[in-house]
Amino acid sequence: MTQNPETSPLNPAEGTDLPALDQGTYTALRTSKREGRLELDGVWHQISPRYVVSQFVQNAIFLAVVVAAAVVLNIVLGQDWVWIPAGVIILITLITLIILPRQARALGYMLRADDIVFRKGILWQRMIAVPYGRMQLVDITQGPLDRAFGVSQLKMVTAAATTGVQIPGLTQPAAEALRDTLIEVAENRRTGL
Amino acid sequence: MSEQQFPAAPQAPQDPAPRGQDSTSLADGEWHRMHPLTPLFKGGLALIVIAGIVVANMRDRVIAWMVDIFSPESHYGDYTGGDPVDWVLQNNLILIVLGSVLALVIVLILIFWFIWRFQQFRITGDHVEVRKGIIFRSHRRAPLDRVQGVNLTRPFPARIIGLAKLEVVGAGNDANVELEYLATGRAESVRSSILRLASGARAARQSAADPASGNPAAPASVRAQLVGSMNDGVTGLIEGVDLEDVAPESVVKIPAGRLVGSQVISGLIWLVFFGVIFAIAIGSAAIGILSDGDPEGGVVLLGIGLGMGIPFVIAAVGITWAQISKSLRYSIAPTPDGVRITYGLFTTVTETLPPGRIFAVEVSQSLLWRPFGWWTIKINRMSGKSISQQQSGSAQQFNIVLPVGKRADVERVLGLILPDVPAGEIPFIWEHGVLGPVEGDPYRTMPRRAWWRRPFSWKRHGFMVTDFGLLLRRGIVWRKLAVFPLARLQGVSLNQGPIDRMQLVSGAQVHTAPGPITGTLSGLERDDALSLLDGVSRAAAAAAMRDTTHRWSEHAAAAQPAAQPAPPAQPAPPTAYPAAPDQVAPAWPTAPPVGQPVWPAPPAPPTGQPAWPAPPVSRPAPPAPPAPPAPPITPPPAAPAGPPAPPTAPPVAPPQAPPAAPTTDPQAPPAAPPATRRSSRPVTPPTED
Repeated sequence: MTQNPETSPLNPAEGTDLPALDQGTYTALRTSKREGRLELDGVWHQISPRYVVSQFVQNAIFLAVVVAAAVVLNIVLGQDWVWIPAGVIILITLITLIILPRQARALGYMLRADDIVFRKGILWQRMIAVPYGRMQLVDITQGPLDRAFGVSQLKMVTAAATTGVQIPGLTQPAAEALRDTLIEVAENRRTGL
Repeated sequence: MSEQQFPAAPQAPQDPAPRGQDSTSLADGEWHRMHPLTPLFKGGLALIVIAGIVVANMRDRVIAWMVDIFSPESHYGDYTGGDPVDWVLQNNLILIVLGSVLALVIVLILIFWFIWRFQQFRITGDHVEVRKGIIFRSHRRAPLDRVQGVNLTRPFPARIIGLAKLEVVGAGNDANVELEYLATGRAESVRSSILRLASGARAARQSAADPASGNPAAPASVRAQLVGSMNDGVTGLIEGVDLEDVAPESVVKIPAGRLVGSQVISGLIWLVFFGVIFAIAIGSAAIGILSDGDPEGGVVLLGIGLGMGIPFVIAAVGITWAQISKSLRYSIAPTPDGVRITYGLFTTVTETLPPGRIFAVEVSQSLLWRPFGWWTIKINRMSGKSISQQQSGSAQQFNIVLPVGKRADVERVLGLILPDVPAGEIPFIWEHGVLGPVEGDPYRTMPRRAWWRRPFSWKRHGFMVTDFGLLLRRGIVWRKLAVFPLARLQGVSLNQGPIDRMQLVSGAQVHTAPGPITGTLSGLERDDALSLLDGVSRAAAAAAMRDTTHRWSEHAAAAQPAAQPAPPAQPAPPTAYPAAPDQVAPAWPTAPPVGQPVWPAPPAPPTGQPAWPAPPVSRPAPPAPPAPPAPPITPPPAAPAGPPAPPTAPPVAPPQAPPAAPTTDPQAPPAAPPATRRSSRPVTPPTED
C-alpha cells in the first residue's frame, strides 16, 4: 500500500560485495505484530547474532566490576549505602540484557535506490532514511571484545547532528562491504553538503 | 512596508585614486599581512582589560582618594591601606613603578607586533590559508568550494579606526578562517575575491593563477593604509555600510520604528513573565505579613518590591535593548555571489550567503505580532563556529534573516534566499502554508483521531512535498512554516510508539544542519508518513542532481533559464519599484544616453558587455565598495529608462540572474561591479525598446 514500484533496491553493480552483507546474520526481522506498525517493502539486511553474545560478555564483565567495587567498599570501608547505587546499576544492566536479544533482531538496514534506511526498535520503532549523497563519512569502530567476536559498528555521519545512524553488530566482512558500497555510491551522487 | 532606500554612498562618491591600497587584489596567491594597526588595536584591548582588573582590585583605594579630594575633612571609613600602593608611596618608588608600567606596555606592544608579523594569509585559486603563531605555529587552509559564507564584522572600536574582521565560514565545528583585522576596503575586496573564486568563475580562477594579470597594484605604504582606514571608518560610521555595490532597488530594509516596536512587544513577554514572578512573591509576602499582623510589614513589603522589581525591569529592558541594537539598520540585498545581510547599530555585521548554503528556512509569527502582521524569518546554516560559540547570543543572530517584516518583505526575502522556488509558488506557499489551512488544502495533516497530540493546531499541523522543498506547517498560536530545500535535506526519520501504533499514526522528523529550526512532526497518518520516507529521498536525490550551487557561477550559464525565477509577485513592490527609478533618475542627470540603446535585450548580458562605457576596464579593482566611483554609476540610466514600464511588468529584479555574470565576464577582478550593476538591470523591464 505504501510501496512504490520505483523503490527498487540498489543496483547490484554499484555494490562491491553485497552478498557478504547477509552471511552469518539473523534471517527473520522481529517487529510488532500490530497492524499499524511501520513497514517497508524490500530486503532488510540484519546483523550478526554474535553481537548479542559480545554484548552479554561485555555486560557481564561490567557487572562483575560493579559488584567487586561494591563489595570492596562495603567490606573494607564499611559503607552499606554503596549497595543502593550498585543495585540500581545492576538492575538497569540486567533489564537491558533481557531485552537485548529482541532488540538485536529488530535492527535492520535496507539499501534502496537513493537512500539507506535503518530501522530499530519493536515497541518504539524508528526508521531513518539517509540519501546516499549526504554522507560525509562512514566510520567503522571495533572494541577489543568486538574484535574477539568479529563484529564491528558502522556509523554514518551527515551534516545533521540528529541523523545518528549507527549499525552495531555487523560482521567484519559485512561492515567493510557496506562501507565500500556506501562510499562508492556517495561518490557518484555527492554534491557539496 | 519595505523601504527601497537609496544608499547615500553613491551620491558622495570619493575619488578612488588616493586610496591606492584598495585597488590591490589580495587574491593573488601571495602571502599578505593583516592591517598594521592590528597589534595596536589588540594590544590596546589587552591594556584596557588589565586596567580594568587593576581598578577593580583598587576600588577601595580609588574611593578613598575621591573622598579625600572632595571632602578632605571626612575620613572614608578607617581605610588603613596595606596594599602595594601604600608601600610604593612610602618608599618613593613612584618613578620605578611608572617606568616598569611603561616597559610592560612596550613589551605588550612588541608581543602583539610580533604576533602581527607572523600572521599571514593567502588566497589561491582553491584555498584560503592563514598561518600564525611564533612558538606554536598554526597553518589553516580551507577549501574555497566548501565556503558556507563570508562574514564581515566591524566591532565598534575597530569600526572607528576603519578596521574589520573577515570570517570565512566553513562547514563543521570550529571550521572558520578568521582574518583579524583588515582595513574595511581591503576586507571587502578580499571578500569579493573569495566569493568569486568560490563561485568557480573561470575567469577569476585564471587571474588568480596569474597574479601579474591586471593587478599591478603595489602594496600601499603603511601610512596610506592608516589614513585611508581612518577615513573609511568615520565615513562608514555616519553612512550605512556595505551597500554601495548592490542595486538599491533590490534592498529590503526595515524601518527602525517597526523594528523597535516588534522587539518591545517581544520584550513585553519578558516583562509579563517577570511581573508574574513578582506578583507571586509580593502576594505571598503580603499574606504572610497580614496573617502575622506585623506592624512593620509595609516596610518589608516595600523592600521586597524594590529589591525584586528593579532588577526585573533592568533585565527586561536589557534583553530588549540587546535585541534592538543588534538588529537596527538591518538590510538584505542580492549580490551576484549570494544574499548579503547587514545589521547592527554600533557593531555591524555583514554576512554573505552564497546560493545553496541554506539548510532550512522558517517563517514564523508570535501571537503578539499578529495584529501588526509582522513575521520573522530564520534559517539553519553552517556557522562554522565551535560549540561553545554557537551558544552565544551573537551566534544566534546569524540565524535570523529577517528580524521583522510584513508580508511583502517576507515574500521578497523568501525569493532571495530560496532561489529554487518558482516565483509563482510564493503566494501559494503563503496562502496555504503560512496562513492555511484554507479551502483545497494540499498539505497532509494530522487525522482527527490524533488531535490530542496538538489540541489547537492539529488541523494545521502537516507537511507537503514539492519539487523544490519539503514544507512543514506547524503551530496555530505561534504560526510557523518551515521550508527544507530538498537538495540540502540530510534525511528523514519516522518514529512510532505503542500508542501511535494503536492509532495508526506515526511521528516524523526531518534532519538537517543544526540550527533554530527543528523538523519534528507528530501524529501523521501512517501511510502519509511512509510515503514521506519513500518520496523524500527520491526527490532529494533528484534535487541534488539538479543542484548547481556547489560552484554556482560555473553552472550559471547553463542554468540561466532555470535559475531565473521571476521574483515574487507581491502586491507591494509595484508601488515600491517605480519609486526607486524616480529617485535614481535625478541622481544622474549627466548620464550619457549611450547606455540605453545598448541594451535592447536584457537577458543577454554578453552583448551588453562590450558596450559598457570605459569604467569596468579602467578601474583595476572595483570590488572595494567604499570607492563607489562616479563613472561606473552611469550605466544605471537603464534603470531610469524603466519608469514608464513598471506598471506593465512591475516586480522584476530577479536576484538570481546575477550569478551568470562572472562567467560571461572576460576580465575577472573588475568583474564584480559590472556584474552587480548588471544585476540591477533586470529591473528595467524588457519593454525597453
